[in-house]
Amino acid sequence: MSAIAFLEPDAGVIARRGAIIAGLVECVGADGLVSEERELKPFETDGFAAYRRMPLAVVLPKTTAEVASVMRFLHAEGVKVVARGAGTSLSGGAIPEEDAVVLGLSRMSRILEIDLPNRLARVQAGVTNLAISDAVDADGFFYAPDPSSQLACTIGGNIGMNSGGAHCLKYGVTTNNLLGVTLVLADGTVTEIGGGALDGAGLDLLGLVCGSEGQLGIVTEATVRLIAKPEGQRPVLFGFPSSESASACVSDIIAAGIVPVAIEFMDRPAIAICEAFAHAGYPLDAEALLIVEVEGSTVEMDAMLRKIVDIAHRHAVMTVKESQSAYEAALIWKGRKSAFGATGRVADYICMDGTVPLSQLTRVLRQTAEIVAAYGLRVANVFHAGDGNMHPLILYNVNDPVEAEKAEAAGMDILKLCVEAGGCLTGEHGVGIEKRDLMRHQFSKAELDQQMRVRAAFDPAWRLNPSKVFPLDDRGAA
Amino acid sequence: MQTTFSLAAVADPKIAEVEAIVRKCVHCGLCTATCPTYVTLGNELDSPRGRIYLIKDMFENGRPADREIVTHIDRCLSCLACTTTCPSGVDYMHLVDRARAHIHETYRRPLLDRLIRAVLAAVLPYPARFRAALVLAGLGRPFAPLFDRFAALKPMAAMLRLAPISVPAAAPPVAGPAQGKRRGRVAIMAGCAQSVLDPETNAAALSLLARFGVEVAAAPGEGCCGALVHHMGREADARQAARRNVAAWMRLVDEGGLDAIIVTASGCGTTVKDYGHLLASDSEWAAKAKRVSALALDVSEYLATLDLPEPADPPRLTVAYHAACSLQHGQKVTAAPKALLVRAGFTVKEPREPHLCCGSAGTYNILQSEIATTLKGRKVKNLEATRADVIAAGNIGCLTQIGSGTGLPVVHTIKLLDWAWGGPKPKELG
Repeated sequence: MSAIAFLEPDAGVIARRGAIIAGLVECVGADGLVSEERELKPFETDGFAAYRRMPLAVVLPKTTAEVASVMRFLHAEGVKVVARGAGTSLSGGAIPEEDAVVLGLSRMSRILEIDLPNRLARVQAGVTNLAISDAVDADGFFYAPDPSSQLACTIGGNIGMNSGGAHCLKYGVTTNNLLGVTLVLADGTVTEIGGGALDGAGLDLLGLVCGSEGQLGIVTEATVRLIAKPEGQRPVLFGFPSSESASACVSDIIAAGIVPVAIEFMDRPAIAICEAFAHAGYPLDAEALLIVEVEGSTVEMDAMLRKIVDIAHRHAVMTVKESQSAYEAALIWKGRKSAFGATGRVADYICMDGTVPLSQLTRVLRQTAEIVAAYGLRVANVFHAGDGNMHPLILYNVNDPVEAEKAEAAGMDILKLCVEAGGCLTGEHGVGIEKRDLMRHQFSKAELDQQMRVRAAFDPAWRLNPSKVFPLDDRGAA
Repeated sequence: MQTTFSLAAVADPKIAEVEAIVRKCVHCGLCTATCPTYVTLGNELDSPRGRIYLIKDMFENGRPADREIVTHIDRCLSCLACTTTCPSGVDYMHLVDRARAHIHETYRRPLLDRLIRAVLAAVLPYPARFRAALVLAGLGRPFAPLFDRFAALKPMAAMLRLAPISVPAAAPPVAGPAQGKRRGRVAIMAGCAQSVLDPETNAAALSLLARFGVEVAAAPGEGCCGALVHHMGREADARQAARRNVAAWMRLVDEGGLDAIIVTASGCGTTVKDYGHLLASDSEWAAKAKRVSALALDVSEYLATLDLPEPADPPRLTVAYHAACSLQHGQKVTAAPKALLVRAGFTVKEPREPHLCCGSAGTYNILQSEIATTLKGRKVKNLEATRADVIAAGNIGCLTQIGSGTGLPVVHTIKLLDWAWGGPKPKELG
């Protein structure tokens, strides 16, 4: 696949590579720099591995001061910067460019402070999402947003993409759980935004930074909200005879004003893939599966479940199966959270991330199947149904250029469909390069120009992750 | 993940295997999170995904190994935590084995590195030589701090520090009749390093099995499993070791039959269970090797199949169970050892980060002593935090490594089980 273009590399910067590398060694020491060609190769891509670009160099700083020193130097040299957490982006957010330095936050993985009375944790940007929950688990707390890659993905990357996850239906996405950041600006200035409360003083710059995909600055530290664990939690499996009945059930649950913690959807191909990996007891005879998690006291959980079961029966539910133990519950989530990776056992895939209004779910699912079938490919659906965040996995053979092109075209058609249905291009994976050229379907020229002007206020020279988010041509207005 | 091997390249079955393995990887990066070296060093290049990429690049371009790839492959512990984490089913073990063999064939290491590896390969797999070397190491111990001052000599210092203060006497052959009604017939692998460092482990397995009515047959000619040389990339030597052991055990299979080949050192168990793959292209040995691999069981797996009685006088001790990587990741044996300890009357605690390697990893704690020492510290801290009375594990490498970092007694699981069911109290418990 090579349809998505990158900016033309700056030959002048590449010609000065030796001097730039020498300058970076001054900032982070030889141990903090990767510059041998062979060693740069594994940094050429992220979780969107169909696209690859070699970086100029990779720096692995350990402190905010080192990040600031790197940024000051690259500002003076006019060199582009691509931030990278764990490199799990599914939209190519961390894919480098030939004239850009990758700034990897993987060595900034310390939890700096846990403040239980104030329900917050201060962490370095390279801390993994799950590590925060692990650190406060024994005290009865957790960090709510839970992207499926939470084992590996970093909080810095989560902030860049405003990541979500299964449990965001109740607890909101990253921006609803972020209290403050330390942000190193394009010129190396270190700033603090937000603080210890959900609504900081002044303009909501934190809301602006969250989801800005590494284009407004480099987040080096974050203060996040901790939430007390519920008294109990129970995932329940609902097997349906068709995708339509399952998606209609989701719409009715939400329309009835019921907000479970999570409503996850899997269609038949996804059920088979995930069950083979996790042995979670998913119903293999169902055409579609909902994993609904309720939480609270036993009485609360029972009451909410009763209402949900009633609604499910109106949609011809075939099986209702409650997890009988913490072990079973863990397996149910393991299967769901491993869905993308487990799909790799069956075929290569690209994962879409469109979001649609719940009233449109049934139609979009049906049309998604039609689009993919028209290209002669297969699709597996596994997604956050409760908030309409769809993840069709288009299955193909990446070594077959014709199939690869078809898969990409089908993906673009699906995302356009989501926008036309009143939804948006990205629920939680970010725009990256993957959806960049579709931004015009989502936004008018005036809207894009306004967004680009905000972006340029932080980074007038467009050096931060420059090939991403905004279509490459027509950036002049900004 | 996309690959660009030429048709000519994949005509070589070894390259075809590399391609098939790499094609499964979707580059999701989940493996990075549970990789001990990525967690320690924070560099993609020292993660499974980074190594897969380096290996792919080397083979795709038909290049000999170079200093960069050797650095990052050498840092891999082969703990296989990544294979437990990987949702896509990437067979990292055979991929890194292939890379190590390629390094051995195409890369000339610096002189000292070559010498140390040659010495390890010539000594460790041979009990008599190893015992003699340990006696010498006792004399050399005062020189460890001196060796530590020079990077290239650090492995020497690490070796001297790991050597035990006193070397046990040579072990008698591990064989004996069943007591009472015979319920089964097995062989217990004698192996190499464990038989020298801790002969009581197999003695405990033997007496426990005999008490439960299992006959243990001796397999003359059996020796080191080959893991040690295999992990150094010396594939031919590893195959040689495998053939010798397959021959020894197949003689028992043919004369009287065998229910299982019991392995009490899980590092060896992982290798024996993979003999079928190691000798797959050797038409004379492939079928026999496959048979041996199918018979191989960790001692805890075999015990879990027996109907064990209530222990008469269960010891009231709290045990921190350390899951050896070769057992939990290599063989995916996770529940049996803990269930047996509970059945025997112990209270079992699991440390935090149970998936992380202790840094032993065969000769890793000698060849990569700095990373190994960091990992040991982390593991010991987590184990001690359980406030257990004793640490149990099912692999001699872990026992030695963890034992060199804690004041708590560190004992092979089977010795605790043997004690609970009427055997002697392990000497480590005083």
